[in-house]
Amino acid sequence: MGVNSKPGSQALAPIPQGTEQDVLLKAVSDEIQDRGFVVAQLDKVVNWARTGSLWPLTFGLACCAVEMMHAGMSRYDLDRFGMVFRPSPRQSDVIIVAGTLTNKMAPAFRRVYDQMAEPRYVVSMGSCANGGGYYHYSYSVVRGCDRVVPVDIYVPGCPPTAEALLYGLLQLQKKIRRTGTLFR
Amino acid sequence: MSEALKELAEIISAKLAQEITSTEIQNGELILNARRDAVCKVLTFLRDDANCQFKLLMDVCGADYPARDERFDVVYNLLSIRYNLRVRVKVTTDEDTAVPSVTDVFSAAGWFERETWDLFGIYFDGHPDLRRIMTDYGFEGHPLRKDFPLTGYVELRYDDEQKRVVYEPVKLTQDFRSFDFLSPWEGMQGQLPGDEKAEGNA
Repeated sequence: MGVNSKPGSQALAPIPQGTEQDVLLKAVSDEIQDRGFVVAQLDKVVNWARTGSLWPLTFGLACCAVEMMHAGMSRYDLDRFGMVFRPSPRQSDVIIVAGTLTNKMAPAFRRVYDQMAEPRYVVSMGSCANGGGYYHYSYSVVRGCDRVVPVDIYVPGCPPTAEALLYGLLQLQKKIRRTGTLFR
Repeated sequence: MSEALKELAEIISAKLAQEITSTEIQNGELILNARRDAVCKVLTFLRDDANCQFKLLMDVCGADYPARDERFDVVYNLLSIRYNLRVRVKVTTDEDTAVPSVTDVFSAAGWFERETWDLFGIYFDGHPDLRRIMTDYGFEGHPLRKDFPLTGYVELRYDDEQKRVVYEPVKLTQDFRSFDFLSPWEGMQGQLPGDEKAEGNA
């Protein structure tokens, strides 16, 4: 994680449980005991905080929303990644476009996106949000939600399973860890 | 079931000889073709008559037959909880002729008629608030008409300079698929591939 006493270390992946992790944790707690603080890189701490509390906006538009609910419930349990669904765009970091984005909904969707505070991320979930999908030729459907907002992660499927969405969100965490900066 | 429907059809056509032009039973469902100006009377009768008791208006919808002189059908689907029967009332109209609104008979008709207006462009005379209900704000055209193109006329994207979503003429990046109906995968012609082998041996 971001809190790493060795500066310049590129260890981004979490260390699995075991002796290696125990040694690191012991080193960290010893250092806190001795000196009262640990040294870490600020941007890594920030990224760690951001990836550890990605609050998605409840934005279910169609059947994909059901899979999004599954991802939130106890079997896949987004809560353990610090992801808590929020009812307000002001409180959320990521918007999951779960379903068909229609022309009538598009201005409202853009407004909700504009109301989110930076840094904000967009996950496009399912074929309809990715490119219109089944309704690509329809007179009333936006051919992909990337025509309205910039998208960070596309999750394919019709609908994607809860697992797939979870994988997409983990990819988003990875992306934030890789590219995240203090300001963007 | 169909005995009950036949009986009902006889009762109704006897009582409403002037208003009902014909009755038919298709797939075990009773259809009454009514005169357009009498639709309120027919529905009131079906709702209040002791033998009918069609208290529920399940749906009002339209159908488009472009080849016909009066191209539209307006279809009223009714349900009688009392007798566990359903009936369908049809009237015909065209683009310019209004159908009398039945909102005074069934208050549920309000939104159904708005929907029929929105998607087919059928006028309803006497409707309290006849405006679009489903399509986009400022939408032009009536999408369930047969002469309305599938992809419509406009598409939408967010414009970064104007900071709002803008409408533009449709530009499809991928053409419509042309289906090859001779292909065994895209169009079956009544005979499945491999069927010809079975015929000789049978």
